[in-house]
Amino acid sequence: MAQGDFFLMEGIDKDYRMGDETVHILKNVNLSLEEGEYLSILGPSGSGKSTLMNLIGCLDTPTRGRYVLRGREIAEMNAGELADVRGREIGFIFQNSQLLQRMSALKNVELPLVYAGVSPRERRRRAEDMLARVGLQDRMDHMPNQLSGGQQQRVAIARALVGNPAMLLADEPTGALDQKTGLQIMELFDTISREGRTIIMITHDQHIASYARRIVRIIDGVLEEGGDTTDA
Amino acid sequence: MRKLIGNIIMIFECIRMSLEQIRGNKVRSFLTLLGIMIGVTAVITLISTVSGVSGSLTSSFTSMGAGTLTVSVSGSDLKSGLTQEDLDELAALDSVRGIVPNVSGTAQISYGGKTQSRVTISGKSAYYFFLQEDLKTRGRNLNSIDDTNVSFVCMMSQNMVDTFFFGVDPLGETVFIAGMPFVVVGLYGEDKGSGVAGMFSSSPDFLIPYTTALKMNNQNAVTSFTVYLTEGTESEEASQELENSMDAMFSWEEDCFTITTMSTIEETMATMTQMMTTLLAGIASIALVVGGIGIMNMMLTTVTERTQEIGIKMALGARQWQIQVQFLIESFLLSMFGGILGVVFGLFLSYVLCSVMGTEFVFSMGAVVLGVSFSAAVGILFGWAPARKASRLNPIDALRSI
Repeated sequence: MAQGDFFLMEGIDKDYRMGDETVHILKNVNLSLEEGEYLSILGPSGSGKSTLMNLIGCLDTPTRGRYVLRGREIAEMNAGELADVRGREIGFIFQNSQLLQRMSALKNVELPLVYAGVSPRERRRRAEDMLARVGLQDRMDHMPNQLSGGQQQRVAIARALVGNPAMLLADEPTGALDQKTGLQIMELFDTISREGRTIIMITHDQHIASYARRIVRIIDGVLEEGGDTTDA
Repeated sequence: MRKLIGNIIMIFECIRMSLEQIRGNKVRSFLTLLGIMIGVTAVITLISTVSGVSGSLTSSFTSMGAGTLTVSVSGSDLKSGLTQEDLDELAALDSVRGIVPNVSGTAQISYGGKTQSRVTISGKSAYYFFLQEDLKTRGRNLNSIDDTNVSFVCMMSQNMVDTFFFGVDPLGETVFIAGMPFVVVGLYGEDKGSGVAGMFSSSPDFLIPYTTALKMNNQNAVTSFTVYLTEGTESEEASQELENSMDAMFSWEEDCFTITTMSTIEETMATMTQMMTTLLAGIASIALVVGGIGIMNMMLTTVTERTQEIGIKMALGARQWQIQVQFLIESFLLSMFGGILGVVFGLFLSYVLCSVMGTEFVFSMGAVVLGVSFSAAVGILFGWAPARKASRLNPIDALRSI
């Protein structure tokens, strides 16, 4: 794959209209990633990092600029195509795990495969494998409220990985966890990264960000390279 | 092909998730489907009951008038009705077994100082008594000699016997009908028709020879008569034969007589039943619409409550149509459950009603199909807007509600 074909953002602007005023949330963002990289986007609240996450996660399209993911131009896509890219290429991990409360851990992990049209037997096999990989082989039939916060986040990670996406996109993955559990989740991320999976993690926490091998900072909608974590 | 199979799998999964959702909200789901249930119960009950009643009405009418035609004559300027010769000629037709003239009216009756007005009198020919052999209870029937002689004899109903005679044998006594003396020669019991049809027919109080009745009415011709058909003759066919003969009698002048067959009456009945059913179904469908609005309300609430779930599913790759199908299936199933419960309750209720009214319970497959399909349609129709609302949510906004 040629350079920039895996992940490339070029001259990305995102504007919002607030009444008569136009607010520039993101200003000329340039970012490129190679496959297998582990990147932190570090920024305080209100810096535009959530907007950037929405763009990276194909939940929204930029006002201007170019976004290429695995060779596909995202910026001009319609809602249906965006949904397709989300399902195939992106594994979301949210701050509060965001499991569906009415479904068992196993069913939660199967859900992305349901929308991808995978057969029930295949779905179950892959979801079981993935739960075993995050260390929850004994908790598959538990409902989310029967699991601890750390276990719930592991289920969410399994759910993010089960569709074999191009990258994991994590939004404050340890935000709702105590320090010890947060550390365990970070170790799990490390393992996943070493297996060659691309990870983008968005956080306001310098310490958590330092687990990644590359950090970019975003302040007032402007992105700048933060250097290697070894420097930080 | 692969994609199609994937979509079918997805839809099955949606059904499973919807069932879980409905089960998870038992009370709310039940209250919601109650509206549809009541509507369908109303539809089924009304339709089954009406068709049960009309079925028993029709069958009583048919048994009453099986193998007969009724002819009423309005006459032309030259000929006001049929003479005895005409009747004999008609009675000789292949399809005709016999003819009984109907000459009826009301008159004042007096006997032994008692009088009663508006008593029903019916003039019949001897053939009538040949057909109604079980009618007579005592004495003798009127016969053809009475007809020919224009005799002043009568048969009296038990009802009239109870009114006028107390401790006296009425046979051989003379009663005054409209001032004319008649000798009582026979008695007969009440011949009430059975079932619902009984309400529409009651036997007259006095029977006299039709020739005598004509004379008392100052008529010289018969204007109304019942034609009894030979076994196995179609009423349409007989009606045609009769019409041809009678056309000749009235010199092919138009509109001199009307032949009413049982099928004409049946058609009228069917039309009435149809109108009744349509009207009731219309009323019942209002209940269904109200039920539908209940479902719509519940679905709109659900969509608002589950914005987060919708957001997560969208982030996991659910397309808009997949979200829409999921909510549509949910309202469809909810409505269908209501419909099925309604069918069960409706059938039960109409069974009870039919037993109470003494009519036969008719299982109407049409009503069941109508009830179920109507509720399915209501589910889709009223679930459409909420499902669309869910699918059009912006994923960012939906996720922001986290």
